[in-house]
Amino acid sequence: MRRVLIAAAVACLAAVGLSTPVLAAGAGSVKLQAGEWSFAGPFGYFDKGAMQRGFQVYREVCAGCHGMEYIAFRNLADLGYNEAEIKAIAAEYEVMDGPDDEGEMFMRPARPADLMPTPYRNDNEARANNNGALPPDLSLIAKARANGADYLYSLILGYDEAPADVEVPDGMYYNSAYSGNLIAMPQPIYGDDVEYTDGAPSTPEGLASDLTHFLMWAAEPKMEIRKRIGVAAVFFLSIFLIMSYLAKRRVWAEIH
Amino acid sequence: MAAEKFSNPVVRWVDHRLPIFSMLDHEKYDYPVPKNLNYFWNFGVLAGMALVIMIVTGIVLAMNYTAHVDHAFSSVERIMRDVNHGWLIRYIHMNTASFFFIVVYIHIFRGLYYGSYKAPRELLWMLGVVIFLLMMATAFMGYVLPWGQMSFWGATVITNLFSAIPFVGESIVTFLWGGFSVDNPTLNRFFSLHYLMPFVIAGVVVLHIIALHRFGSNNPIGIDAKGPQDTISFHPYYTIKDMVGVAMFLLLLAVAVFFFPNAMGHPDNYIPANPMQTPAHIVPEWYFLPFYAILRAVPDKLGGVLLMFAAIFVLFVLPWLDRSPVRSARFRPMFRIFFWLLFIDCIALGYLGGKPAEGIYVLLSRIATGWYFLHFLVLLPMLSIFETTKPLPKSISEPVLATAKGVA
Ligand code: HEC
Ligand code: HEM
Repeated sequence: MRRVLIAAAVACLAAVGLSTPVLAAGAGSVKLQAGEWSFAGPFGYFDKGAMQRGFQVYREVCAGCHGMEYIAFRNLADLGYNEAEIKAIAAEYEVMDGPDDEGEMFMRPARPADLMPTPYRNDNEARANNNGALPPDLSLIAKARANGADYLYSLILGYDEAPADVEVPDGMYYNSAYSGNLIAMPQPIYGDDVEYTDGAPSTPEGLASDLTHFLMWAAEPKMEIRKRIGVAAVFFLSIFLIMSYLAKRRVWAEIH
Repeated sequence: MAAEKFSNPVVRWVDHRLPIFSMLDHEKYDYPVPKNLNYFWNFGVLAGMALVIMIVTGIVLAMNYTAHVDHAFSSVERIMRDVNHGWLIRYIHMNTASFFFIVVYIHIFRGLYYGSYKAPRELLWMLGVVIFLLMMATAFMGYVLPWGQMSFWGATVITNLFSAIPFVGESIVTFLWGGFSVDNPTLNRFFSLHYLMPFVIAGVVVLHIIALHRFGSNNPIGIDAKGPQDTISFHPYYTIKDMVGVAMFLLLLAVAVFFFPNAMGHPDNYIPANPMQTPAHIVPEWYFLPFYAILRAVPDKLGGVLLMFAAIFVLFVLPWLDRSPVRSARFRPMFRIFFWLLFIDCIALGYLGGKPAEGIYVLLSRIATGWYFLHFLVLLPMLSIFETTKPLPKSISEPVLATAKGVA
């Protein structure tokens, strides 16, 4: 019987393993670098300093091309900003509001409840400004790619000289992490692209790592509380399992 | 007379007029259950629990979900970010769906191993297959609702299968879509049906249980209970044993929900649906992969569709394909080998369903598909004729006592 049980368990595991579908099967070879992530593992947490720096890089480098349509300024409280700081950050942006009493739309400084404005009004404008390529929204990108964190880190650092046998067309760039190796996004990070105020290193690796922290938070903002509840739930259910097993043994003792 | 049993006067008053307490009491104490059931007999109860979890979380999700192509994806994101504990409700719903299939697959293989589909439990088994079909339809439509890339393209590929039907295929597809492509009308009807189907499943589960209680559970040695010495009451013996299974199930579910909530999903479904851009590989959810492999093993579309449905249909007629009077594989040495080969074959089909339909994978899919049908249509009927089975014990209590003595 035990053998059968083990087989069933293996079947479950196999099913989970098999559910990982075919990945990145485009032409070219895809190389991923593994980063060190504070948010990995059952006790993972978001590093607030890294997220604030990542947000700064996003604002100063990526936001010109990529929006984050599901993030509101109020959400930045998760990064460790207080209410006054959030108000100040929001006020740096303008959003459209209206219609007013005359029926006109108007621009006003953003408030914490507003979503972060996106760089383009629609996909067509975005394509028109990027050689026909569409820069995807980044609010969910860390979950919308396999191995999200490592992938983003590798993608940002993946710009390289193309090997001799690869022809890079105009407006395309060689990237060792991107499926097919040819991406329409020019290299965004070179190191020292932004000025950190907390003395953290602004090397390409540092910037890429900070960005990854920020993007992971944006995609999965409830991760910390999820894992915290998870540890308690697993602890409680383990006790429940042991207790019910002991109770079962006791009740069945009379039978065998 | 029955009402005398209850000491609480309110219960007695109600039971005299509406004998639900007597009915429950009857199920709990008077329903005889073989004394030798192993932990595989937990999985029916676990499936029932999964169904309840799905219905409860589903109703809460529906309170916050918007079935419109322009708002579905963002309404799900709202649930994940702004609805109180919305992320928890959604992750439970997503992961319990997968666990439901794991549980039901084990439940089905349990039935295959111990011959639970044989007389007099044929209808019980067939109702189970009906439940399985309804579950697949429900899960398929549920996956469409978040309106991500895999939602959209999965729906497009699967509904398109019906176009293979000669003459009326195209009209059927248009009818299913409510238009000329997967679009807002499709999403709306899928939502409506996805809400309805679980209650239909619940109804069939009731029939399944009524059929079960007609002859009671089968058991690991597959011979009928001969008298009171072979059975025990459901409560407390199997309530407590089921509780162990429930605890294990919840523990594993919690690990998935809290630590690997997206492991059984596809990352592309976090990209909003885009009818203009086909994903590199369209793969269904993992629990459909064996059937997907059978579908793609056939070069002809209609042939593939027919074979895929045939793969489920053979389960309906299984009680008449396997004519061996011996139920449990324990006493069928040949059957036991072929059971495990079938098990491996199904895992292989699942693996192949997740691979691109090219090169060696196509050939392997064909072999695995062939073996699946060979098992049911040829090997099982042959085994019923040629297999020499081991002698059956005289009664359930006899081997139970024998092992007890052996251990002591
Ligand atoms: C000049 C505009 C521009 C800037 C600045 C820019 N990107 Fe992009 N990005 C693009 C375009 C265009 C694409 C689409 C590429 C394609 O389709 O080949 C893209 C694609 C991406 C992708 C998706 C890759 C995939 O797997 O599909 C990610 C992730 C990304 N950018 C991250 C960033 C980050 C992080 C930054 C800031 C450090 C950034 N981008 C800065 C234009 C830009
Ligand atoms: C919603 C899904 C289902 C629920 C809630 C459910 C529920 C149950 C329950 C509570 C039992 C009794 C406990 C047990 O023996 O495990 C049972 C028995 C059984 N079920 Fe299911 N079931 C489901 C799906 C299926 C399916 C898909 C099949 C087969 C195709 C099936 C076939 C059987 C058989 C043959 C038995 C009798 C087992 C025996 O006595 O050996 N069930 N079911």
